[in-house]
Amino acid sequence: MLAWILEPWPWYISGPMIGLTVPLLLLLTGKCFGVSSSLRHIGAACAPRSKLPYLSKNYNWRDHTWNIIFVAGIVVGAFIGNYLLSAQPSAFLPAGYQSWVGVSLLFGGGILVGFGARYAGGCTSGHTIMGISLLNWPSLVATIFFFVGGIVSTWLILPLFGF
Amino acid sequence: MKNKILTLLVGIYFGIVLVKSRVIAWQEINDMFRFKDPYMYLVITSAIVVGAISIFIIRRLETPTVSGETIVIKKKPFHKGVVIGGTIFGMGWAITGACPGPIYAQIGSGTLLAVATFLGAITGMYAYAILQSKLPHGSVGASDPCTTSVTP
Repeated sequence: MLAWILEPWPWYISGPMIGLTVPLLLLLTGKCFGVSSSLRHIGAACAPRSKLPYLSKNYNWRDHTWNIIFVAGIVVGAFIGNYLLSAQPSAFLPAGYQSWVGVSLLFGGGILVGFGARYAGGCTSGHTIMGISLLNWPSLVATIFFFVGGIVSTWLILPLFGF
Repeated sequence: MKNKILTLLVGIYFGIVLVKSRVIAWQEINDMFRFKDPYMYLVITSAIVVGAISIFIIRRLETPTVSGETIVIKKKPFHKGVVIGGTIFGMGWAITGACPGPIYAQIGSGTLLAVATFLGAITGMYAYAILQSKLPHGSVGASDPCTTSVTP
């Protein structure tokens, strides 16, 4: 009866369950859904002597440990989801990325993700889901430009590397 | 302590959902940007609808947190980074098949190549920290827009 859990979920289960993260975090912990600020907190924790204003001025990563705990939970949950709640564990990157070119693409793309999310003030979680749920227009603008960038990469950059 | 355990549990919940929904799969992201498959659009839209209804109800009923705190939500401000940074972020999302949540989920799911994406993302964050004063900003984005206050 519960065998469907082990299969990939349909959109009408997946989407609403992602959306439910918003009230779960708000009501249980009083925090707003967002992930990319964890990069700042982890980066600041790894560079405690940094004089960069972004990592030290009016800011202390220790005030945001909840966000680091939250992303640690994501790591654990993903393990459970893929190994205990799936009929067949999946790999989520194409086999073609298992090469020096692939790793360089991931590292380079990761730089764009980290830089862009912090410059934009949020990512798909904080802007697209949380921000638009708040009917906050800058988050809708951010999301539109997430798609502009994504379409540029998918149609113009990835094909150069055979993807 | 109770708050930390609850935060961890919600994180675990979100991690499970990210895997089971396959939104952390590079292929799903590629199909989305190639307009091949409506799946991701349906997931994102229904997630926003559920999020928006939840927030509407929480605000309307002024629901406190389980610890009895009042929820105050500050909205993220607009500045040029929303456009420029947003575009740069989207480019990286399509290349890596992961935005920040999925980076952690890919690592947890055993796709260890995503460690390269994570190290890149931390490097990108440092690059932003170094360049911040030279970048066009209206106002510097609030990092943590949500605050809670204890009810008197």
